Amino acid sequence: MLYIVLIPLLLSCIIPFISKIKHKLHTGLFVFLIPTVIFIYFIRFVGTEFEPVRQSYNWIPSLGINFDFYLDGLSLLFALLISGIGALVVLYSIYYLDKGERLGHFYVYLLMFMSAMLGVVLSDNIFVLYTFWELTSISSFLLIGYWHFKEKSRYGALKSMLITIFGGLSMFGGFILLSVMTGTTSIQVMIQNAEVIMNSPYMPLALGFMLIGAFTKSAQFPFHIWLPDAMEAPTPVSAYLHSATMVKAGLFLVARFSPIFADYEWFFIIVSVAGIVTLCWGSYMAVHQTDLKAILAFSTISQLGMIMAMLGFGTEAAAFAAVFHILCHATFKGSLFMVAGIVDHETGTRDIRKLGGLMTFMPMSAALALFGTFSMAGIPLPFLNGFYSKEMFFQSTLDLPAGANVVATFLVDIIPYLAVFGSIFTFVYSLYFLFGTFAGKKQVDQLPKHPHEAPIGMLLSPFILVLGVILIGLFPNAFNGTFIAHAAEAVAGSAVVENIKFWHGLSPAFQMSLAVVAIGTILVSTRRKWSKVYTFVPGGRSINNIYDAIISKLDSWSRRITTFYMTGSLRLYMAIILSTIMLVTLSFMLVTDGFTINSNDLAPVRLTEIAVVLVIIAAAIGTIFARQNLAAILIVGVVGYGVSLLFVIYRAPDLALTQLVVETVSVALFLLCFYHLPNLRNKKDSTGTRLTNGIVSIGFGTLMTLIGISAHSSDWFGTISDYFLKTSHSLGGGDNVVNVILVDMRGLDTLFEITVLGIAALAIYSLIKIKIKKGTK
Amino acid sequence: MYKPNDLILRTTTSLIAFILLGFSIYLLLAGHNAPGGGFIGGLMTSAAIVLMYMAYGSAVLEKVLPINYRLLIPTGLLIAVGTGLASFIFGEAFLSHTYGYFHVPVFGELELATAMLFDFGVYFTVLGVTISIILSIANDH
Repeated sequence: MLYIVLIPLLLSCIIPFISKIKHKLHTGLFVFLIPTVIFIYFIRFVGTEFEPVRQSYNWIPSLGINFDFYLDGLSLLFALLISGIGALVVLYSIYYLDKGERLGHFYVYLLMFMSAMLGVVLSDNIFVLYTFWELTSISSFLLIGYWHFKEKSRYGALKSMLITIFGGLSMFGGFILLSVMTGTTSIQVMIQNAEVIMNSPYMPLALGFMLIGAFTKSAQFPFHIWLPDAMEAPTPVSAYLHSATMVKAGLFLVARFSPIFADYEWFFIIVSVAGIVTLCWGSYMAVHQTDLKAILAFSTISQLGMIMAMLGFGTEAAAFAAVFHILCHATFKGSLFMVAGIVDHETGTRDIRKLGGLMTFMPMSAALALFGTFSMAGIPLPFLNGFYSKEMFFQSTLDLPAGANVVATFLVDIIPYLAVFGSIFTFVYSLYFLFGTFAGKKQVDQLPKHPHEAPIGMLLSPFILVLGVILIGLFPNAFNGTFIAHAAEAVAGSAVVENIKFWHGLSPAFQMSLAVVAIGTILVSTRRKWSKVYTFVPGGRSINNIYDAIISKLDSWSRRITTFYMTGSLRLYMAIILSTIMLVTLSFMLVTDGFTINSNDLAPVRLTEIAVVLVIIAAAIGTIFARQNLAAILIVGVVGYGVSLLFVIYRAPDLALTQLVVETVSVALFLLCFYHLPNLRNKKDSTGTRLTNGIVSIGFGTLMTLIGISAHSSDWFGTISDYFLKTSHSLGGGDNVVNVILVDMRGLDTLFEITVLGIAALAIYSLIKIKIKKGTK
Repeated sequence: MYKPNDLILRTTTSLIAFILLGFSIYLLLAGHNAPGGGFIGGLMTSAAIVLMYMAYGSAVLEKVLPINYRLLIPTGLLIAVGTGLASFIFGEAFLSHTYGYFHVPVFGELELATAMLFDFGVYFTVLGVTISIILSIANDH
């Protein structure tokens, strides 16, 4: 199975070479073989006696990250959708995309996506799943931005990228929590140990993180906003990614993990509320759109919401209905996208206000759209699969088990009404799509191209999908036992036996369907009269505006923060660094109770020391207040000589000698340099700056003094200097212990110190000698 | 043109420079047993050279001491690293030093330590560094 998953990715490497000969042969013809082979591979598994297949390939065994593939009913359903619709989409794209396009890019991205998507649905290992999940986000980003010269494409690609990657990372967090809780990386093992997860205190966190991932990917409210903008992608991409496969990855994730969480009350509440709100909002907004693909995008959002809601219900019937609707939705939505693409391709516009009366020009497309939209609307006809799944949806809303808490009880009561509300608008936009495009007045003069029927190759893919709609509609039970029941079993966790029947008698669900059709028909015919409602809800407040505001505010706020402290002033940075050191050190010392003052082992103070220190203090203060550069340097010299006097007093002759000479040399160098510089000290600082600088420096000095005193007061370990004193002569052969330490005991330090000196000298030499003249580079 | 008459400076320099040089070599050689060493010795030697430079100018200095001071830096570093590497020959760790007593004709019994060689490296490096810094800054126009 590893090869089946990776075949598209591997073969995408040779696409660029094949696309070189695209003028003779459309690249898509070659690509078409790949999903077809995969489809044939997977179709073999379909059957009543299907048993889950497990295969494992090592990747990073030490981290428990391996290519573990698990093919059960749910994965099989998705794998067939991915490869089947993938093949049809490639076939469609052969006619849709001109040979002049960059076909190599297109098919590489598409195959990359196909691999990623197969990996997502087949992986049993959560981290491998996550890897493929992100690959779908990336390839989807590339596909949406395929026409990268269009501003809107880039905007849409970026938006979908930000939102889905946000969700993906959140999901990753959830996965890590899950693997920490259970100690395994396999989803199936987690399902077997569901009670470990359910009893863990981190379970709500893991669930929340994972649901964010699922909701962003599946365009659930309020993360649905990327999907309408993703319609800037070429239509085959919209049909494939944004109706049939990628957006269902989130559904897949929820379905996959629902055996673990199904009994958890909040799982029901969150998922069903998200789903049902998305259903209503998406279908309500779809009627407001004027772009064919935008209608379909919102329709996808709403249908995904419906499936999500069913997954949230958690009953066996709902799980079955959800799985069934995944299949139904993929067939009719794929065909509708392709029809929209055909209309766009043959008339030059997708604006529904300019379209109309295309039935006579494009009878085939019109017929295909008729089946697709009627199925989507759930019109009660025995050859439309959409009706069956919608009926089951209504039934499952009515059969919800009584809720355990107030919220759940309230939800159980209200969900059927919301379901009907959403379905009414589904009906409205379906017919609006159909009649707005194909019926009504002919407006041929408004169209950029003269409309005519699409070539047969382009019609082939939607035709096959519509055939699927009808076949599933006519013989639903042929798909039931062999295929859908297995998938529902994987979701519900136990075997599901459902019968799909057209006629249930006058059940409440059928009455709901009739109500939808009746009210829907009235709303469609009076659409112009009530469409003003959209100026109040949503009005100007849309989630898009919030998204745009967040993006631009993030930008401007971070810029403001950066310009606030990144002023370019080194003095400010110095103040920040010192205050940070001060704050951190001070709080650490206070927390650990580190300040100790102990006067036990202090040496007596002599008069000479006091005198020298007083001179040093006076000179240090004098440096601060000196007006002239040269004066300041000379006074600093006093400090240096004072220090070397201290070395003399404390019996460090080597240090004293070195300090004397080094001080002399550095003062001389300072004088040499500053003699040529303008008098910087004349610059007046504001009182505030001076006050801050004063506080920071006094505080820092005090802190360091306190630390020094504390360090001396807490004498924890004995010194190692006794060893040096004892062994200096016997080991090093010298009586000058300092020198023996420098050249013998710790010679490596000295070696690198003289290296530092050498580098400094060479740096100074090159700074002075290598002058780049103005204007040269 | 005003020409400074620095006869006293030059005369004293010609004396003091040698005293300084002698003292610096003393510091370098005595470092192992008395205050001093390669570092301070190198600084002291450069003090003598700087004094000569101040009294006589760079032209005279170049004639008297035709040395490229920048080359002293790698020379010193190589000596220092070389003493470290040499300990490998005897199967010892890097920078292992040893010492011994030898009888030298004129000086009699002498203690010689390999650490002294390392100190020579320090000496040359410090000398090269100081002089090249000071001269390159001073000669900059």
